[in-house]
Amino acid sequence: MTAFALASRTRGHLLFERNIMVYRRAWMTIFSGFFEPLFYLFSMGYGLGHFVGKIHGVSYPHYIAPALLASAAMNGAVYDATTNVFWKLRYGKVYDSMLATPLGPVDVAVGETAWAQFRGLLYAIGFMVTAAALGAVQSWWGLLALPAAMVVGFGFAGVGIGVATFLRSWQDFELVQVVLLPMFLFSGTFYPLSVYPTVLQWFVRVSPLYNAISLVRSFTLGHVTWYCPLNAAYLLAIGVVGIAVARRRMAGLLLT
Amino acid sequence: MDALIHARGLTKQFGSITAVAGIDLDVTRGEAFGFLGPNGAGKSSTMRMIGCVSPPSGGTLRILGLDPVKDGSAIRGRLGVVPQADTLDNELTVKENLVIYGRYFGLSRADVRKRADELLEFVQLSERADSKVEPLSGGMKRRLTIARALVNDPEVLLLDEPTTGLDPQARHVVWDRLFRLKQRGVTLILTTHYMDEAEQLCDRLVVMDGGTIAAEGSPLELIREYSTREVVELRFAGEAPEIGEDAFGDLVQRVEVLPDRLLLYTDDGDALVPVAHERLHPQSVLVRRSTLEDVFLRLTGRTLVD
Amino acid sequence: MEYSLRAYEYWLTVYRRVWRGTIMTSVLNPVLYLAAMGIGLGSIVKKQQLGLPYLDFVAPGLLAAVSMQVAAVESSFPVRGAIKWNRQYFAMLATPLRVGHLVAGHLLYVSTRVLVSVCLYLAALAAFGALHSWYAILTIPLSLLIGLAFAAPISALSAYADEEVFNPLFRFIVMPMFLFSGTFFPVTRIPHGLREIAYATPLWNGVDLARHLTLGGPTLWRSLAHVAYLLLWVVVGVWLARIAYRKKLVT
Repeated sequence: MTAFALASRTRGHLLFERNIMVYRRAWMTIFSGFFEPLFYLFSMGYGLGHFVGKIHGVSYPHYIAPALLASAAMNGAVYDATTNVFWKLRYGKVYDSMLATPLGPVDVAVGETAWAQFRGLLYAIGFMVTAAALGAVQSWWGLLALPAAMVVGFGFAGVGIGVATFLRSWQDFELVQVVLLPMFLFSGTFYPLSVYPTVLQWFVRVSPLYNAISLVRSFTLGHVTWYCPLNAAYLLAIGVVGIAVARRRMAGLLLT
Repeated sequence: MDALIHARGLTKQFGSITAVAGIDLDVTRGEAFGFLGPNGAGKSSTMRMIGCVSPPSGGTLRILGLDPVKDGSAIRGRLGVVPQADTLDNELTVKENLVIYGRYFGLSRADVRKRADELLEFVQLSERADSKVEPLSGGMKRRLTIARALVNDPEVLLLDEPTTGLDPQARHVVWDRLFRLKQRGVTLILTTHYMDEAEQLCDRLVVMDGGTIAAEGSPLELIREYSTREVVELRFAGEAPEIGEDAFGDLVQRVEVLPDRLLLYTDDGDALVPVAHERLHPQSVLVRRSTLEDVFLRLTGRTLVD
Repeated sequence: MEYSLRAYEYWLTVYRRVWRGTIMTSVLNPVLYLAAMGIGLGSIVKKQQLGLPYLDFVAPGLLAAVSMQVAAVESSFPVRGAIKWNRQYFAMLATPLRVGHLVAGHLLYVSTRVLVSVCLYLAALAAFGALHSWYAILTIPLSLLIGLAFAAPISALSAYADEEVFNPLFRFIVMPMFLFSGTFFPVTRIPHGLREIAYATPLWNGVDLARHLTLGGPTLWRSLAHVAYLLLWVVVGVWLARIAYRKKLVT
C-alpha cells in the first residue's frame, strides 16, 4: 500500500533493504521511540483526564488515544524523513554512491518515503496494541486505524522527504520544529475543535495532522463519516506532492 | 572496432563556467585509457558525464552504444565507478557495503554474498569484513571502493584519481590490483594528475587542460612527439641564469625555466652535461628520461602538481 | 574564577553565532504551550475538581520544565562535542585553564541560557495573567537551581559515556519526567509506588516550589526542603562532572 507499493514497483525497495541492514544493529534508536506516545497517554489521558471528564461522551484517554496514534505515525515518519535523509544527502554521500548504480532519484525518493512510512507505522502498531488493551478501541472500525496510520505516515513521510531536500544546515531544523510543535499542540490532539472561535477552526482544518487525527479517531471511536475519505485523500495528496518535489530536487542536487 | 565510449564535441557548463569545452573521444574495449591534467582541467566533469550522473550540456555522447540521458540506468548497470572522494556507507560494515551495493545492481542475495567474499579476497580486506568502515585507513577505503565498483562485474571501470591522497606503499597496492584487472580484460578509464600513474597503467591517454584535449596518444608516443629523449636538470645556488633557446645550438632543442631549476631538452644528455657545467656553473646536474610531466609542461606551460 | 569566566566566554562566543535560530523556539515554545495547554486544554479542564484554573496550574509546571529542558539539551551534545567531535576542551586545557574551570564555565553558560528562556517565559506568563504573587520573581533564581540540578549530572554523563546514551536519556528520563513530575497534573493521581519516584525527581521539587511561588503562599520549611534537595543534585553533579572530565581529558 502507498509508498510500499511504489517501492516494490521501482528499485526503491533496495533502500528499504539497506535501512533494515543498518537498523538491525541500531534497533535501540527505533525501539526507544515506541514509548513517547504511551507516556503522553498515561500522563495526559489518565493523569490529567481525571479533571477533564468526558468529551462527546468519550472518556478522555480514549479521546486522545487516536490523536496520539496519528501523532506517533507523523513523528516517526517526519523525524526519519527529515533528519536521516538530510544527513545522507548532505553529509553521508549515501545517495551519491547509489546513483552510480542503476538506481535513480525516483528510487531514492520512493524508497526513503517507504522506510519513513514504515517507521511511523511501527510506532502506530506499538501504540495501537497498548491502546486496544486499555480499551481505547471501541468499534470494529478500529481495525482500520492501522491502514489509516499508514496513510498518515505516507503523507508526512512524503512531505518530510520533500522538505529535507531544502534544508541546508542543522540550524534549519529549528524551522521544522517551528512547524511541527504548533501542529502537534493545536490540531485537536488534546481538545475538540469546538474550543476554537469559528475562524480559527478553519485554519486548523487544513492542518495535515488535524486530518490525520480525524481519520484515526473516526475509526477507533466508530464514528465513520464521509469526511474520512476526504481526510485520507488530503494526506495521500500531500505525500505524492512531497515525493514528486523530492525526486526533482534530488535530481537537481545529485545529477549535476 | 566497437567504441565503448564515443564522444563528439562533448561539452559541460555550470552556469557561465565551461568545465568541458567540446572534446572528442573514442575508447575501445579492453583498453586502459587515461585523462591526465591538473585540478580543474575538466577530468572529473568528463568522468561524471561518462558515469551518467551528469547530463552533458552539448555534443554527442554514446556509452556502450547507448544514450546516457535516456538509458542512464541501463548503462550504469554495466559500469563500475570509483569516485574521487570515497562514498562508502559509514553506517554499514565492510562486507555489508559490498552486499548492498550488489543488491543495487539487482544481484541475488546468495550471489552477492559469494561475490563479496571473492572481492574482499581480491583487495586483501578479508580480515576486515565485519569491521566498520570509519576506522579503515585511506588505502583500505580506496581498495574497498574499488571492490565495490567491481561487484557487478562491470565492462568498464571508471576511476577518478584512484590514488590521490594515498601514501606511496598504498598506491602501489592499488596499482597492482588495477593492473590485474587490466590483464583480465576490464576496460579501465581513469583520471590522474600523477604522470607515473598514467605511465604505469594507461595504454593511451589524453592530456586535458582548461576543458579541452591538448594531445592524445600512448605515453611513449606523447613523449616522442612532444619531448626529447632526455632532459638535463640544472639547479643553482641562487637564481637560474637567463638563457636563450639557442644558447647550446643544436645540442638543446628547448629550454624551460622553472622557479627552482632549468630544464634542457636534448637527445644526448651525456654530451650536454660537460658543456652545461662549463657555461652555467650549476650547483647540481641530473640527466633523466623524458616523462609525461615534460609533455605536459610543453603543452600547457605549467607543471602538473603544484 | 577568572579562568572559569574565560571558559564561559568561549561558549558565549559560539552562542552569539547561533542565537537567532534558538531565540525563535525560546520565545515561541512558551507561548505555544501556554496557549495550547493553559487556554485550549484549560477550557475543558474542570476547575472545581482541580481547585484552580488549569492555566494557573500548568504555567509554573511548564516554567520548571523549560529550565530542565534547556539545561539538559545544552549539557548533552555540546559537552560530548567539546570532548569528542570538535575537541575544544583539549584546546582549552592547553592554556592555563584547568578541568574545574571548564566545568564551571560550561555551567555558567547553561545558567545564562536558562535565565534567558525563563525570563521570556515569565513575560509570557504575566501576559497570560498566570502570575498571582510577587513571590513569582523568586522563580528566576529557582529556575537556575533547577537548571543546574540537571546540567551538572548530565554534563558528567555526557563527558563520561558515548553519544549513544543520549537517546535513552532523553526518551526514558527527561521525557517521562516532563510528563509525570506534576507538570500537567497533580502527582497524587499517580498510584502509590510510582508516586514516590515522582517525588524523588528534581523536577517535581522544582515544579512544586515554582507553583507555590506563582500562586502565592510558599511555606518556609517546605521551600527549604525543595531548595536543599535541588542543591544536593547540583553538588553531587558537579563533583561527578569534575571526575568525568578529568578521566576523559587528563590522561
